[in-house]
Amino acid sequence: MAAKAEAIKVLICTGTGGLASGAQAVLDAFTAEFAKQGVEAKVGKRCEVIGTGCRGLCANDVLVDVVIPGQEPVTYDFTTPELVPQIVEQHIIGNQPVEKKVAGPYYSKFLEKQKRIVFSRCGTIDAESLDDFLAHNGFNGIKKAVKMKPAEVIDAVKRSGLRGRGGGGFPTGVKWSFCAGSPGDTKYLICNADEGDPGAFMDRSVLEGDPYGLIEGMMIGAYAIGCKFAYVYCRAEYPLAIKRLQKAIDTCYEKGILGKNCMGLGFQLDMRIKAGAGAFVCGEETALMASIEGQRGMSRPRPPFPAVRGLWGYPTNINNVETFANVSYIFYNGPEWYASIGTEGTKGTKIFALTGKVKHTGLVEVPAGTTMKEVIYDVCGGILKNRKFKAVQAGGPSGGCLPEAALNAEVDYDSLIKAGAMMGSGGLVVMDETTCMVDIARFFLNFTRVESCGKCIPCRIGLKIMLEILQRITEGNGREGDIELLEDMAYDIKKSSLCGLGQTAPNPVLSTIRYFRHEYEAHIRDKECPSHSCKALLHFRVIDEKCKKCGACAKVCPVNAIEWEKGQVAKIDLVKCTKCTSCYDACPFMAIE
Amino acid sequence: MSKVAQKVKEEEIDLTGANQVIDKYIDMKGALMPVLQGVQEFYGYIPEPTVHLIAERLNVYPSQIYGVLTFYAQFHLEPRGKYIIRVCMGTACHVKGASRIADTLTDRLKIGHAETTEDLKFTAEYVACIGACGMAPVIMVNDATYGSMTVQKMDEVIAKYKAMD
Repeated sequence: MAAKAEAIKVLICTGTGGLASGAQAVLDAFTAEFAKQGVEAKVGKRCEVIGTGCRGLCANDVLVDVVIPGQEPVTYDFTTPELVPQIVEQHIIGNQPVEKKVAGPYYSKFLEKQKRIVFSRCGTIDAESLDDFLAHNGFNGIKKAVKMKPAEVIDAVKRSGLRGRGGGGFPTGVKWSFCAGSPGDTKYLICNADEGDPGAFMDRSVLEGDPYGLIEGMMIGAYAIGCKFAYVYCRAEYPLAIKRLQKAIDTCYEKGILGKNCMGLGFQLDMRIKAGAGAFVCGEETALMASIEGQRGMSRPRPPFPAVRGLWGYPTNINNVETFANVSYIFYNGPEWYASIGTEGTKGTKIFALTGKVKHTGLVEVPAGTTMKEVIYDVCGGILKNRKFKAVQAGGPSGGCLPEAALNAEVDYDSLIKAGAMMGSGGLVVMDETTCMVDIARFFLNFTRVESCGKCIPCRIGLKIMLEILQRITEGNGREGDIELLEDMAYDIKKSSLCGLGQTAPNPVLSTIRYFRHEYEAHIRDKECPSHSCKALLHFRVIDEKCKKCGACAKVCPVNAIEWEKGQVAKIDLVKCTKCTSCYDACPFMAIE
Repeated sequence: MSKVAQKVKEEEIDLTGANQVIDKYIDMKGALMPVLQGVQEFYGYIPEPTVHLIAERLNVYPSQIYGVLTFYAQFHLEPRGKYIIRVCMGTACHVKGASRIADTLTDRLKIGHAETTEDLKFTAEYVACIGACGMAPVIMVNDATYGSMTVQKMDEVIAKYKAMD
């Protein structure tokens, strides 16, 4: 271990976000450069190039940390392979960080208000290395857990106050006790990694960055409940996550950590990954189980709950990835420590995926009780292009939109529901003044309508009709009374749908009507889209007074339909214009209507 | 379906690959999905003869298999293009103008969601979220990801793959 602590480490983010920005090329460049220059001999220390999990600030990928023993780590952002020789030459050999390329003060600000517990290993350890995991507390939690009786383990989880991170917020310890209390020897444990909410990717990040941590959490759960078989149901859109987790499971079998006698601790657990096949509804627990059984992923009425009759008719316990990841840390540091973080009703931290029109998109982990305002402005740097904030959509297709007035809401299960949104899986999509709220409601409804399994009628037909109404409003054909009709239908669908998908699908519509009714009215009465976003209601005209003659619109126009000369107001040639709306987004002054 | 696709479909299907996949999973509980995923990986789509083979060997009805195939978005019953262009339609991408990117694709290649060009070169797919929201709007061409897309960049990407074999 001593030799390892001495080594110079280059940590490169190789999550999906990093890889998409070219992390592999950067990693290869470092490895090649080290070999070419004979760096190890020059500096007299071992040099390691490590591919880590995501470290959160995806907008500035590729992020590279250079850790020289005895010095503060230095972070570079927007790294390219061309930059690598310079970093190696100046920083690693010459000990002079390449100041120009070091991530700015926003990076430390990005980290300041965060409390990275679940993510503490993501981005610092080699995601694929068991040794690295063991060196960072790995499997200490399960070792502590097996010294207690299963009932005591459940009690510890209850005392920690952990609530399900999948969105519902049901107390995890209570859920475990239901399944543990069901009669029978055959019980199943399932980890729900079917992270379908568009705009949420924290589970993927945990799977990619700390797969062993998830396995450990599941082992603790399996021991407490008495399950001998565990499934991880992962959506097939995450090939890298499946690959890394499979590798981790294989290694665990090799080392005897999983199998007949886990780590020699005297209990049995087998684990298998089941890949989904592209159905959002499979994130619902009964649909998920149907999918594992090899059927169409359709939900069924509850009760009986999975804890009584679940997978193949046996008692089953289902938790989300983030929940299991939290469990490991509860046992490293004790339930009392965990309960000391957060608010009265919500303990611990919550990971959010910030996307949309915010400066630093990415993953942030904050203690419960932080306000939305702090997350958006302090951690993530505020709104892109310094435009005006309009709303933040929390909780994906099941959640709602919060306007500026509700920004002081705390990140906490109960206060978010009171504000009209929900925690959901933790996706936060930030919208500025150019985003039309009617269009957003239409977007989410279109999503849930496509993903509805079709079993129950309110969801299958009701959502379709609501979508048609929204469609005609955004096209300028809305009628008086449409808003009331939408509200009526939303209420009925919520009350009568079979599963969580239908029961929550109208939420985006209801919350946008609640806070942005005037936008609906403008579409219906004046046939205008106040945000200049609904294509059918656009005129493609430059407002002379607002135009600052910058020419940004002319540059992005793919068909050269914009006439502009320096110092002149731009003009759009409507004959050439293909109505692609590129110019709207590019205009910093909202001068096109 | 295009003529080329029809021709591919009518060619004799060698079932050895499908048999190997079934051998691997036949003893497993809930084997149907992994088998279908394996078969699709082997052939690129699920050819009709393999459905009957799977039904026979796993002892389920072909109708049950079709039920599963048509439920999940990731199974395909027809041959697909060499380059799969996935346009992300997630929330973050939508807010940043994904529909504009999809429109460009439809305009230039004349293919919409789940459609394939006549020559079996391109298939378009609108997907919910590929999880690269930080770089929205995003597209993927097979395994390569292209972020912060604009109409102009989209034209470049299409031209690049058109020039490739």
